[in-house]
Amino acid sequence: MSESNAGAPRALVAGHGDFATGLVSAVGQITGRGDAFVTLSNRDMSAADVERAMREQVDTRGITVIFTDLPAGSCTMAARRLQRERPATVLVTGTNLATLLDFVFHTDVSAIEAALHAADKGRASLVATGGAPSGH
Amino acid sequence: MAIELFRIDDRLIHGQVVVGWGQPLDLTFIVLVDDEVASSEWEQELYRMGVPPEMEVHFHTVDSAAANLAEYQRDERRGALLTGDIETMARLVELTGAIARVNLGGIHHRTGRTQRLRYIFLAPEEEKSLRALAARGVEVSAQDVPAARPLALTEVLSGDGNR
Repeated sequence: MSESNAGAPRALVAGHGDFATGLVSAVGQITGRGDAFVTLSNRDMSAADVERAMREQVDTRGITVIFTDLPAGSCTMAARRLQRERPATVLVTGTNLATLLDFVFHTDVSAIEAALHAADKGRASLVATGGAPSGH
Repeated sequence: MAIELFRIDDRLIHGQVVVGWGQPLDLTFIVLVDDEVASSEWEQELYRMGVPPEMEVHFHTVDSAAANLAEYQRDERRGALLTGDIETMARLVELTGAIARVNLGGIHHRTGRTQRLRYIFLAPEEEKSLRALAARGVEVSAQDVPAARPLALTEVLSGDGNR
């Protein structure tokens, strides 16, 4: 299913500190499509405040995809609480830049399908190289 | 070893606890004390999903935590005990008399509370409870993350911690 509502946010990015604004800023710089996301920081917020803010964003904008940072973070906890009421909502934890970049380029499918694809892409992008002992 | 951190944090299990404190203290278990969470399988599963597989989470009511605290204190591994509010920790202190230090990690804004630190807001009765804990010899300090300077209760209540 495609979504033709171009320019409207398709997902929420939420996390600690400037995690969300930082990643979305990078997406904007690389693709010019930072407006695909709305952002939320849990800085100095209680769990109830995070959940309230997230609920407002999701309900107001009809968002069905939430990207967060840590599995243990209060944004992830809040998203899981929302997911209980909205089982179709997709939550992606451990989000990285590759995840969001993949997501913004898949506008030909639903946000949910794009998120599931993006999670795979983000997972595959995490690679460590080097580390050989010096002198070898 | 045993329980290294007794923390009051209204977010309970979250990034600061699992990673911020968990890594440097090498925490391998968390004792989450909350009557509501202890009675809800769904809530417990939610918090379990938030921790790495190698970290255990034990859920207790205040009464069962008090009954089991000595056993946790004998554990050779390092753990943290969390409550979501001051009242729960104060009840646990009252029941056990075995908690020497309490960390204020996050008590956020709510109607009736006054800001004391960026992450600490207190209602008058909560301030009174903290003073009572200190009066009975419990060392109460505020410190959201290990890298921050711990602030004594007197600094928290005077607002000096914001300077």
